[in-house]
Amino acid sequence: MPPTEHELRLRERLGRLRNLPLLGGARLSGDLDRLQRQIDRIGEEATDEEIWRKVELARHDERPYTLDYVERLLTDWFELHGDRALGDDGAMIAGLGKLDDRTIVLIGQQKGRDIHERAGRRFGMPNPEGYRKAIHAMELAERHGFPIVTLVDTPGAYPGVIAEQHGQGAAIAASQATMARLTVPTVACVIGEGGSGGAIAIALADRVLMQENAIYSVISPEGCAAILWRDAGEAKKAAAAFRPDAIHCLELGVIDEVVPEPVGGAHIDHDMAARLLGEALRNALSELEGIPGDDLRRRRRARFRSLGVFA
Amino acid sequence: MAKIDVSVETDDQPSPPPSHPNTCPSCHSHYRDDELEESLWVCGQCGHHFPMRARARIASLADPGSFAEEATDLHSEDPLGFFDLRPYTERLVEAEMKTGLADAMVIGRAAIEGRQCELAVMDFAFMGGSMGSVVGEKFSRACDSAAETGMPLVTVTGSGGARMQEGILALMQLPKTIAAVEDLRDSGQTLLCVMTHPTTGGVLASFATLGDVLLAEPNALMSFAGPRVVQEITREKLPDDFGRAEQNLRYGHIDAIVPRPELRPTLARLLRLFDAPD
Repeated sequence: MPPTEHELRLRERLGRLRNLPLLGGARLSGDLDRLQRQIDRIGEEATDEEIWRKVELARHDERPYTLDYVERLLTDWFELHGDRALGDDGAMIAGLGKLDDRTIVLIGQQKGRDIHERAGRRFGMPNPEGYRKAIHAMELAERHGFPIVTLVDTPGAYPGVIAEQHGQGAAIAASQATMARLTVPTVACVIGEGGSGGAIAIALADRVLMQENAIYSVISPEGCAAILWRDAGEAKKAAAAFRPDAIHCLELGVIDEVVPEPVGGAHIDHDMAARLLGEALRNALSELEGIPGDDLRRRRRARFRSLGVFA
Repeated sequence: MAKIDVSVETDDQPSPPPSHPNTCPSCHSHYRDDELEESLWVCGQCGHHFPMRARARIASLADPGSFAEEATDLHSEDPLGFFDLRPYTERLVEAEMKTGLADAMVIGRAAIEGRQCELAVMDFAFMGGSMGSVVGEKFSRACDSAAETGMPLVTVTGSGGARMQEGILALMQLPKTIAAVEDLRDSGQTLLCVMTHPTTGGVLASFATLGDVLLAEPNALMSFAGPRVVQEITREKLPDDFGRAEQNLRYGHIDAIVPRPELRPTLARLLRLFDAPD
């Protein structure tokens, strides 16, 4: 049987991954083999257990969070605080830093490590203030021509009474609209949970990457199970039905590239995970460098406008 | 101290009145079909706004005979082979038979009091007005159509959010419709949004809140997260008007609440203000 168009697309993407200079090392080529196996398996059905394993890894307590990557990848980091109107949301990080010798703006959700920090950062679920902080940082980047990197890691936007009173839906829409207007290069990477509107709010980017064990979905497996199966306990079935894993997202054209993780998952070796992510980010930014801003914006919009399946 | 369970002593309680689509849930007045149609599905006693179907909405807004529907042939596919308690394809067929619509949005050109515009109207009766690939594509095409012909786009929303059965592609309809709105804006055209009950989740977090002017129907629920989810997760006591149009007006998120009978003249006034072509 001749390869389908979709298989060809995957092979081409895998080819691009192979060319990453960092993927030459013995350990990393092991990762590449694993990725190859994952891609080969697309024809077969991934088991419910395998998909659920990704969900668990994406939510792993010791998985590196946005600030862990900031610490390892950026120098001269300066965190920006506040949305200039209402408050400062700990669930959303924004700041300036140097990636090699170029200044970038980095934006990302931040879960907490211990229980106090988790409560303070609402487990990485931003309020509207968080999205408006992100917008503020994006506009700053646009004024100064700084590329933007966003790291997506959230169960979703915070579902609270005050969040609604402060316009949660409109804030998420405004953040995406701001990204759709930018003329600076933008790269998004899902590094853990890419939960619904709270995630896409900062992921309307020129290049969308996803770590190997991250998940990206329209609703949490538990939420989907509660609505469609009327039982949140059926989360495993729900996850298997909508497949939030990176390979599936690559297959649908929702992401451009899968970023490899250390064997066993990013939580096993934060430094290695950061090196791999850094390589992918540098690579994506270099690809975008030199493309005129108007072209970037036009292509970005065209890319997102092409997503969907209908007859 | 032993607790005494009194929860079983409810035999004498009257059962709640049976709900009927033509019975007002707020004051229990009951109407014949033709009475509701005559009143634009607004309760004559208490002003409750019943759900209004997309075709009825278009008939109530557009000048007679002016509506020319576009993209009628678009149908949803089943990219995931999604199966919960029933297959997605079965749900689609059932929704189509029930509503007579191919999906949850109808688009086309129309005139309102003589002013030309593009209409994009959602129908909550089709799978809860959920936004999947077809809704995203139709809205996107409506933006292009408005930009090309140089007329404003009027959208009437009613949606529970993104369509879970299309998985991540449903989420991608948020950036898709937003990119389309930005293209519309760059062409210099106007977007007028009318949010009806309910406009929640992914539709609220995308094109519904990006209009140049934002209108809502009385008492419409307009929250990103539904009241049940907020209650369950936060255990907070919800205000009576949680997420309702009135609260949204008070907090500054919309421009006006417009009762249904006033919607047509209000939109006509806005179309004149934004210089929509005759």
